[in-house]
Amino acid sequence: MAAQDTIRFIPERCDGCGDCMTACAGATSGASRIAIVADGGGQWELALCRQCGDPKCVANCPAGALDKNRADGIVGWSAELCVDCHLCTLGCAYGGIVFDPAAGHVQKCDLCQGHPACVPACGKGALEYLSAAARLHGEQAAREDLFVPGLSACQGCNSELLIRHTMRRIGRNSVVAAPPGCIPGMGTVGYNGQTGAKMPIFHPLLTNTAAMLAGVKRQYERKGKEVTVVALAGDGGAVDVGFQSLSGAAERGEHILFICVDNEGYMNTGMQASGSTTFGSWTSTTPVGEIGRGKSTEGKYLPQLMMDHGCAYVATASTAFLDDYHAKLEKALAASATGFAYLHVHAPCPTGWRFPAAKTTEVCRRQVETNFVTLWEFTPDDGLRFTRPVDKPRKVADYVGMIGKYKHLGPAELEHIQESVRRRVARLHGFRRRDTAAE
Amino acid sequence: MTEHHAHYLIVGSSHAGREALAAIRMADGDGRLVMLARERHLPYSPTILPYVVSGRSDPGRISLGDRRWFAENDAELVQDAQVVTVDPVARRVGLADGGTWSYDKLLLATGAEPAVPPVAGLADIRYHVLRTLDDALAIRERVATARRAVVLGAGLVGLHAAETLAEAGLEVAVVEMRPHVLAEYFDPTASGMIRASFESHGVTMLMGRRAERVEARGTQSCRLLLDDGTALEADLLLVAAGVRPALDLLSGSGIATDKGILVDDRMRTGAAGVWAAGDVAQAKGFLSPGPILNGTLPEAVEQGRIAGADMAGDPGLVPYAGGIPLNTYGFFGHHAVAIGAAALPAGDGILVKTLQQDGYCRMVLQDNRLIGLATIDRVTDGGILWQLIRRRVDLTPVRDRFLTQPLETARALMSQGWR
Repeated sequence: MAAQDTIRFIPERCDGCGDCMTACAGATSGASRIAIVADGGGQWELALCRQCGDPKCVANCPAGALDKNRADGIVGWSAELCVDCHLCTLGCAYGGIVFDPAAGHVQKCDLCQGHPACVPACGKGALEYLSAAARLHGEQAAREDLFVPGLSACQGCNSELLIRHTMRRIGRNSVVAAPPGCIPGMGTVGYNGQTGAKMPIFHPLLTNTAAMLAGVKRQYERKGKEVTVVALAGDGGAVDVGFQSLSGAAERGEHILFICVDNEGYMNTGMQASGSTTFGSWTSTTPVGEIGRGKSTEGKYLPQLMMDHGCAYVATASTAFLDDYHAKLEKALAASATGFAYLHVHAPCPTGWRFPAAKTTEVCRRQVETNFVTLWEFTPDDGLRFTRPVDKPRKVADYVGMIGKYKHLGPAELEHIQESVRRRVARLHGFRRRDTAAE
Repeated sequence: MTEHHAHYLIVGSSHAGREALAAIRMADGDGRLVMLARERHLPYSPTILPYVVSGRSDPGRISLGDRRWFAENDAELVQDAQVVTVDPVARRVGLADGGTWSYDKLLLATGAEPAVPPVAGLADIRYHVLRTLDDALAIRERVATARRAVVLGAGLVGLHAAETLAEAGLEVAVVEMRPHVLAEYFDPTASGMIRASFESHGVTMLMGRRAERVEARGTQSCRLLLDDGTALEADLLLVAAGVRPALDLLSGSGIATDKGILVDDRMRTGAAGVWAAGDVAQAKGFLSPGPILNGTLPEAVEQGRIAGADMAGDPGLVPYAGGIPLNTYGFFGHHAVAIGAAALPAGDGILVKTLQQDGYCRMVLQDNRLIGLATIDRVTDGGILWQLIRRRVDLTPVRDRFLTQPLETARALMSQGWR
């Protein structure tokens, strides 16, 4: 089943004014198909068709008048076939399909052909039309999957998602370098003489990834061939051991795209700390015991360092926001034609960080909601721009509390982390252009 | 005759069978999946038939699954396949035409058939029932020439047909043994409102009467004598005195039955490898301890889904919570809904509140929990109220508000789980 567009409701922003309902009734010339509901506790909720994946209203229809469209996911209603029996309303627990006495039949949301009238009508920003998932799904499904099926990545690891999306985008006309780390470890470079990807992929040393890739690219350029070259490295291969060649390649402005998939440690070799490991984290080399309280120093924040390397493009990304990632991947690929592009993708590790495998995307989202991870992009001309600014960040404890590697932390250490998050955000604001920074 | 084999064999092609088919394919993409349909038509819902009689629905456009739908689900539809025997030991069913199908897993979703009351002379005359598309087409044809119609039974089928016949210009009388129409769903007040609407549209409502004898008058018409001596002339006699599960095919099968096929919370019958769902099944009740017949469309959907999930070993299966009566009913432009024990009288721990403004609404509570609700001409989120009953939501903190504004309060309560 394809992903589908949806209307997101942000209850904290809703004041119950009902403008959305007025707009809906106006656009559909009937009763509103969206209904603001007082939840009884002083908050507002939204009664609206969820366009369910397995809709009970459709199953309850004796006339074949309701139908789940397999292409766009919308539960459609046919005035011609409907016999006005209302059995559909018995199937819906969301108040999403309701009899409209004025119209004389049931009404339900059809998302207004992709331009729902209710969304722009909300002056409080409580409604958001989400179309990225369906759009990305459509785009990606149309592209060739170049990554091997049957990987040995840990359950819940988001790197496979990231690599599959990246490879589908960069296509066969590219060369990929995957230095030691989880990415080749899960089968990306292949096993037993067989490759893990349908494009040329090689396994450089931790120390020379950027240098080797730069050489490959220069050779293609000498031959007059346009080939995309991409590094898929871990934080060890970028922040620590790989930093010297990365720094040099960036300084020289080599025409490559370097993607760092940061899981904050050497997770495939036994969860040792890396330079990227954050303060307070348990790892096998920063243990917790009578004396040890996890890592005692701050994590090295490589994306900030890369801004001062003369890169053509630097950005951070999270797999909880794939639309944001794809937009940055496009810009990074364009920038890498003439300069050095660096993408830093945060990759929470269920195995090494100790959280349930099913929670990876929630953890990614929480990182952003707390500003523990900030999403931004930087070019030398335009400075830094936050691509997903967080108006009211949650307390960092809401994120730290989800992760096992922090479970020993006390209030003072939490306060320390909160303070370093605050400082980092303040520092990043300093990279904005002066004329935009005042906004 | 050829012997065929299916891994999953579904007997019956209406809602329960269709939902089971979809649920099986949701969990298991492999395994031959075959549906045997008794009729030559594509699968349809018996609920649509009154609309076929009235002409509102085009009989060519009522199918619930065409060839493409079956192909998309990698399933096969076999039409004109009337199952007459079931042998759970040999895992085989026999067809009326002598053919056989063996199976690994069998779902009996054969539905119900009209119950024919013991009226003297009925077997000797031509009368109508309304359970199949052919029945509906036959009534439709008869309506064109008939002038007077008598409907035996004031249940959902009888009343719906009576309305259609009256709207078609026939002189219609409804004969019902019980004192009220739709007595199992609506309390006497609501039932009186429905009856009054029929009377105002010229339908003669003969309540508390029993048809005793019927005799032919010419080739098409008949004369009906009631227990109080009334005589009724009819060019069209519709027998709509309820339905009963279609169990004939089970004789000698050893599958346990009561009024219907007895099933557990996963719709398993007493025989290994055999499930039953829908109008033919008798499963546990939600509001009463014993197994009940609950022949409604949403219930068939629910049971079919559970049966299919269990047949395919779907680990996500949620066992059956018990049947709750759920009905919507439209008459002469009015709309009624009855959910749960909506007709239960007050007293003995049962609290009843009735609202008469902005349409009719009757709420039935037990231990401050909703167990039944009926409305007439009042916008009703039936699905939300059904959930309030199913989840046994404690209404104590909002009881007074609920009793004055049931629909708004119900939405507010349910909305707490919408995020």
